[in-house]
Amino acid sequence: MARLALFICMGLWFHAAVAVTVTDDRQVAVTFTQAPKRIVTLLPSLAETVCVLGACERLVGTDKHANWPASVKALPKLGGLDDTQLEALVRLKPDVVLLAKSARIIARLEALGIPVLALEPQTHADVHRVLQTVAAVLQLPNAQDQADAVWQNIQRQVSQAKTNIPVQAFNATVYLEASTGGYAAGEASFIGEIMRQLGLKNIVTSSMGAFPKLNPEFVVRANPQLIVLAQPMVTHLSQRPGWSTIAAIKNKRVCAFPSAQADILVRPGPRLGEAAQLISDCVLRSFAP
Amino acid sequence: MKKIPSVQFAACLVALSLIAMGLGLMTGSLGWEWGVSWSDPIVQDIRLPRTLGAWLAGALLGLAGALAQGLFRNPLADPYLLGSASGASLGVAVALSLGLWGSASFADMSEAMQWAMRLGLTGMAFVGAWAAVLLTLLLAKGVEHTLRLLLAGVVVGVVLGALTSLLTLVFPQTLPAMQSFLLGNTSMLSGQACVLMAIVLLSSAGLSWIFSPLLDGLRLGESTAHSLGLRVLPLRIVLLAVMGLATATAVAQTGLIAFVGLVAPHLVRARFTGRSASLLVLSALMGGVLLTTADVLARGLWAPQELPVGVLTGILGGGYLLWRIHSSQMAGSSA
Repeated sequence: MARLALFICMGLWFHAAVAVTVTDDRQVAVTFTQAPKRIVTLLPSLAETVCVLGACERLVGTDKHANWPASVKALPKLGGLDDTQLEALVRLKPDVVLLAKSARIIARLEALGIPVLALEPQTHADVHRVLQTVAAVLQLPNAQDQADAVWQNIQRQVSQAKTNIPVQAFNATVYLEASTGGYAAGEASFIGEIMRQLGLKNIVTSSMGAFPKLNPEFVVRANPQLIVLAQPMVTHLSQRPGWSTIAAIKNKRVCAFPSAQADILVRPGPRLGEAAQLISDCVLRSFAP
Repeated sequence: MKKIPSVQFAACLVALSLIAMGLGLMTGSLGWEWGVSWSDPIVQDIRLPRTLGAWLAGALLGLAGALAQGLFRNPLADPYLLGSASGASLGVAVALSLGLWGSASFADMSEAMQWAMRLGLTGMAFVGAWAAVLLTLLLAKGVEHTLRLLLAGVVVGVVLGALTSLLTLVFPQTLPAMQSFLLGNTSMLSGQACVLMAIVLLSSAGLSWIFSPLLDGLRLGESTAHSLGLRVLPLRIVLLAVMGLATATAVAQTGLIAFVGLVAPHLVRARFTGRSASLLVLSALMGGVLLTTADVLARGLWAPQELPVGVLTGILGGGYLLWRIHSSQMAGSSA
């Protein structure tokens, strides 16, 4: 263990001399003359990314929603993307703030001379790219290899999840409900991508956008074999007018996830593989003879 | 503009309602369909209650709007004046947050859902709307003073609105569902909802017809109403209660639909002058026509996706009002 720590320190020391320049999602090039030691993240998936790359101890603060891994819960909470607590953040003296493009605080932080990196993972490809960028910023030894290793592990989890899907569920039609009020998650959404990889057929095609508000009649007509709710719902599905005839509801093939699990399903981050496993477990349960 | 006698006006609005409802039955998730079979469960279970429900909710709002404008003698009064909108929003926000909170673990999920189902979003919205109206009346110390009532309604609206914002800040996951409520939503109306709204509509239309002489008296001013021998206070309480009931019922089923309650009485008054009783009924019919039309467009314009129905009522109603203001300025008269 001590040898490992020494190795990491030496790695850091060797890399410290090299300035690293990365381009963020605003197409702004940010240069780091040394590896950032104090990091603040304002998006839960970015905190998760930093941690899976083994740099969790460099985090000094996160947004209020970050809750994984458990260690980040103890860190100072700095509000959300729109209501970030600037003063508390500045007091933490971060070397870099990782946040989303839409964060209102970007201009203020830049004016105060705090380096900002805007990263906005939305698709699976984004998750991979963000892993690589964050690894580069952290100046880990063999940064790209580490990022790729994490990514390959995710891919392995996804293929593992796919082998769990029973034969009768293969190509099954699925309706994903993003939230109460008729919002669906389509093929183009993050969770939709997972479903596609698992071999399930989304009734909302990518041409309809990622989270369209649907006419409920559309769902009844499409008659999905499986319904997945990425958010706990308040009204019972079979109570909705006409919905009791849907195959998924008749055969009780409905996967509803409590909010802790829903976090995994909707956050485009490194727990993507875990999300795929959650869904495949539920498919396995629902399609059990 | 030429005025129309009330019977002809009503017949015209009923005909328009039937046309709009017919279109409603033919507008599905795939756009327009000319051949509609009654035996199709989709038509029976989804389109029929939805179309009827939109008409009923619109009628309730139109009636409540006409009552509000008559009672407050203010053309800008709308059904949400006494805080029912913000109360209903708070009720829905509480229900959604509780739903999230109650389902923290998988085991008690179904029980929590059962619980929430019993009261549900609809029940919570109804309770919230009534609670807000009562709070307004309490703050205004009764119903005698119009200005005090208006002010109390505004204050209750602001305070409850702030509480709703606070809840959505703590539970940001509820935002999309909240938004769908705030913009109005006719897509989940069921047969039971239609029966409920029909009962409320018939009883509140009946009550307001009976007690409408108060509104005729109030048109001439409060003191004239007194001197005409009208018992202003009890009549006002009844009509306010009817307005609160009609609004709360519509809001609970369809969310905050903008503008129907404000615009329907104006649309009627543009072509009609006469007794308040007729005005109330015509406004209800007009509200029904407006909301059914908006619902058909919301479903049809972008099928199978939906536009929030409140966006369309806002554009249609607001557009009409702007045009009215513009044309009356052109004519040099005040509308």
